[in-house]
Amino acid sequence: MLESRKQVILFFFFTIGIIYISRLFYIQILDPKYKSFEVTNAIKREIEVPLRGQIYDRNGKLLVQNREVYNMYVTPREVEDLDTTRFCRVFNITRGYFDSTMNDAISYSKNRASLFLRQLSKEEFARVADAMVNFKGFSFEQSFFRTYPGHTLANALGYIAEIPKETYDNQETPYYRKGDYIGLTGIEKEYENELRGTRGIKFKLMDVHGADKGSYENGKFDTTAVVGSDLYSSIDMELQQLADSLFQGKVGSIVAIEPKTGEILVMGSYPTYDPNLLSGKAFSENYLNLIKDPDKPTFNRAISSFYRPGSTFKLVQAVVGQQQGVIDPRTSFIGSYSPMGCHGHGNHHMANLNNAVQFSCNPYFYNVFRKIINNSEHDSPFLAAREGLDRWHNMVGRFGFGRKLGIDLPGEKSQLLPDIALYDKYYGENGWKFSNIYSVSIGEGEVATDVLKLANMAAILANKGYYITPHLIKGIGSENSGVRKELLEVHQTGVQPQHFSAIYDGMQRVIEAGTARRAYIEDIPILGKTGTSQNRKGPDHGIFIAFAPRENPQIAIAAVVENGIWGGSSAGPICSLIIEKFIKGKIERRAFAEQVKNTRFVTVAASKAAR
Amino acid sequence: MANEINIRRGIDWVTVLLYLSLVLIGYFNIYAAVYNPENPIAIFSLDHSAGRQLMFLGLATILVTFILFIDYKVYDSFAYIFYGFMILLLIATIFLGSDIKGSKSWIKLGSFSLQPAEFAKLVTALALSKYLSSQTVNLKRFSDLWKAAALILIPPVIIILQKETGSALTFAIFLVVLYREGLPGIYPALSLAFVVLLILSLLYSKWYILIGLVVLAVIFYYFILAKRDRKRQNVIRIAGIVLLFSTFTMGVDFFVNKVLQPHQQKRIKILVDPDADPLGAGWNVTQSKIAIGSGGFTGKGYLKGTQTKFDFVPEQSTDFIFCTIGEEWGFMGSLVLIGLYLAFLARILYLAELQRDKFARVYGYCVASIIFFHLLVNIGMTIGLMPVIGIPLPLVSYGGSSLWSFTILIFVFLKLDAHRSYKV
Repeated sequence: MLESRKQVILFFFFTIGIIYISRLFYIQILDPKYKSFEVTNAIKREIEVPLRGQIYDRNGKLLVQNREVYNMYVTPREVEDLDTTRFCRVFNITRGYFDSTMNDAISYSKNRASLFLRQLSKEEFARVADAMVNFKGFSFEQSFFRTYPGHTLANALGYIAEIPKETYDNQETPYYRKGDYIGLTGIEKEYENELRGTRGIKFKLMDVHGADKGSYENGKFDTTAVVGSDLYSSIDMELQQLADSLFQGKVGSIVAIEPKTGEILVMGSYPTYDPNLLSGKAFSENYLNLIKDPDKPTFNRAISSFYRPGSTFKLVQAVVGQQQGVIDPRTSFIGSYSPMGCHGHGNHHMANLNNAVQFSCNPYFYNVFRKIINNSEHDSPFLAAREGLDRWHNMVGRFGFGRKLGIDLPGEKSQLLPDIALYDKYYGENGWKFSNIYSVSIGEGEVATDVLKLANMAAILANKGYYITPHLIKGIGSENSGVRKELLEVHQTGVQPQHFSAIYDGMQRVIEAGTARRAYIEDIPILGKTGTSQNRKGPDHGIFIAFAPRENPQIAIAAVVENGIWGGSSAGPICSLIIEKFIKGKIERRAFAEQVKNTRFVTVAASKAAR
Repeated sequence: MANEINIRRGIDWVTVLLYLSLVLIGYFNIYAAVYNPENPIAIFSLDHSAGRQLMFLGLATILVTFILFIDYKVYDSFAYIFYGFMILLLIATIFLGSDIKGSKSWIKLGSFSLQPAEFAKLVTALALSKYLSSQTVNLKRFSDLWKAAALILIPPVIIILQKETGSALTFAIFLVVLYREGLPGIYPALSLAFVVLLILSLLYSKWYILIGLVVLAVIFYYFILAKRDRKRQNVIRIAGIVLLFSTFTMGVDFFVNKVLQPHQQKRIKILVDPDADPLGAGWNVTQSKIAIGSGGFTGKGYLKGTQTKFDFVPEQSTDFIFCTIGEEWGFMGSLVLIGLYLAFLARILYLAELQRDKFARVYGYCVASIIFFHLLVNIGMTIGLMPVIGIPLPLVSYGGSSLWSFTILIFVFLKLDAHRSYKV
């Protein structure tokens, strides 16, 4: 009987052996949970965040610059014989700050580095560098933050900030970590992928204390970080700064475009703010102040504000009317009926097209639009208006109205260009005819635009019939390369060039002897048009569009001064000074510029505050 | 001269070969465990554990030579004297021992520390063999059983006083030897039942287990027991067993929550659920499983382990040496190591059964059982099947005391075995 017990014992030993081998088979081969990088805590993925690209203006001046700063870290275990009093004096910190920060660091980890002081400037860093030999356990890490040497172009440039929770949660491929910086508005957002570069991932070996033990597998799986691309903007920083100064104390917007290329020279939205406010330590505080401002400085009026184009729209009616063959430059409407009056001038202004442009004759363009709309075989004015409006809508739409131009900025609006569907909605199907919609003839009623579209219209007029997608970035990585194809596309309006030439005389006379005499410059032939955009909430907005010089135009421009009433007196002079600066390289009319700077208009916010 | 030749012929070279493979595996993996890729130290340097282990191995060779030349009868004759001397040494250690990690089980001899507890198993094995080999002893007799039990239980009681619970537990394995030598099967059966109950009561609520026990008893009485055996007498017996088991279950609950010290409680709770406190008490088990699991089929390669290199696994050259092997050599390596151990155990049991001298046979079983218990607990804890109890992996873990005590344990048996042919 005892003999069989040796088998029992052997069986017992081997059973345990087999159980252990099965268990090892399970954890070493079957169970994948012990093999991933996540669980293998000896291998840390270290993300190397590359330098973000900088942004230059068209003359090579830095609009957005990375400034070196130094963050100081402390590894509590390595701190030895520290003269705390001296340390606090060198770094200009209080004993209280020292104690609380040090305690936080110790409770986080004695072996790992914790942030101790944030964003020391290069100069501060140089000042303390020598003293550091006495302060063991403290180390510096270079970091960067955005600065804006020109203090301008805030809305177009946008800003970077910590990734918002929603964006973080909705990443298609998990790229960002919590606390990473990301472009949230403007160019910083639009060109985020180019600016941010490519992150490097290094697989590093760590010991249990988190100390670096070199690279894993000699860096076989590592990827190097690629620095973000610099962007070359078409913006002229000096011109932009001039616009800022001319717009001081005013609300509104200005856009200037180089007509041949679609490159945006100036894009201002006012009131503006110094973009440096949204960078660095005081971000949150400054951001809240900006958001609370009733004049909405963070709102980019150039691409998203809703203005009626007013009389500037008459230029579109003039060329579209010619193209449709309902008028020619000699067409006269003397004696024709109009429900709209003129700005105190006589009937002779209706003698021909150029006259009508020069004096911004409302009755004339009422009649032009009536001819466009009613240009049909239909006897019914309702059916005729349908056909006419549709044809008109298609043609005017090609000027960029009622649609997005496709600028390289987030947040561009389509604004409004009336079509059949819109009026059907207002009046019922076939319930409307020309008499219901005639205010569109002078850029009021159901047509609305933003300043970018107006500047683009000026570019079309300068180019006699086409435009290139207006854009802010003309080079990625290097100047004049890497630009998105769609930004260089040529858009034809389908209106023949001679129809544009036909109104040039009238546009020039607007400056020389018309509604915008204050925009006149002696030796630069400017062609322009004023407008007044009706505003229910307060005084009307003043509008001006122009291009110059007449031959081989170099700049097309549009500006809106909110509550500026007359474009000729509010927006016109600003545009004139910008044109002068751009073409001549300097302002010769110093006194005039000062006068424009000091002009104030009663803004909504100001009138509210007064109340 | 004749004696020497006979020993060379009589010694079991298979066991010696297995012994050598294991100590060499140990040596190379201790080097891997302490290897620092940033600052590699030569394998022979005495500045690290591997170098010192090599030195211990050298001393072990001297010990082996010594054992092989001493008359084999010494072990039988002096067994009780050794035992008595060891008891005194163990008691002395309580007072003289230096405090290492809360345990007073080490005696300092110059720059070396020796752990008498490691040698207590060896001496107890000799004494037990001596006692059981006596012709008059019958383990079915309660008086003899008590004497055997006392021999086994005195050393661990003193060792527990040294706060070296892990080593003390080892003595439980002598139950296997007693079983082989005629202890009624009910004792190991009951012990096994208690171990199972112990594990169940850690895993499940005591009330479930009590209900389970009653249900099992009812099923046993009505469905398994023959009709003629369903007598009142047996009802009482079954009720008695159920009561015993229930009391045990309640006792475990009480013991774990009230008697055990917090760190011991944790170790047991971690066995049940290591994920409960992965960064605290569960750290060792979790890290150890990650290290072994990350080895995969063929392992990361010698000296290329990442988990064991950077101190994620504690005690990697001593109690957790198996992690290094599992990580760097993978499943294949683990399989080879466990295979070697099983072969080693089987060989010793085979040799033990060949002994004509009862003393040598019992001693052989002691050797195999002690090695087995160390494997069971040490490897079991690294793969999360056993609580973390600090006992070394025989012949592989770093440490002089452990290496020497296992070497003596094994070679005393080989010496006895070498003389088996002279017995009639």
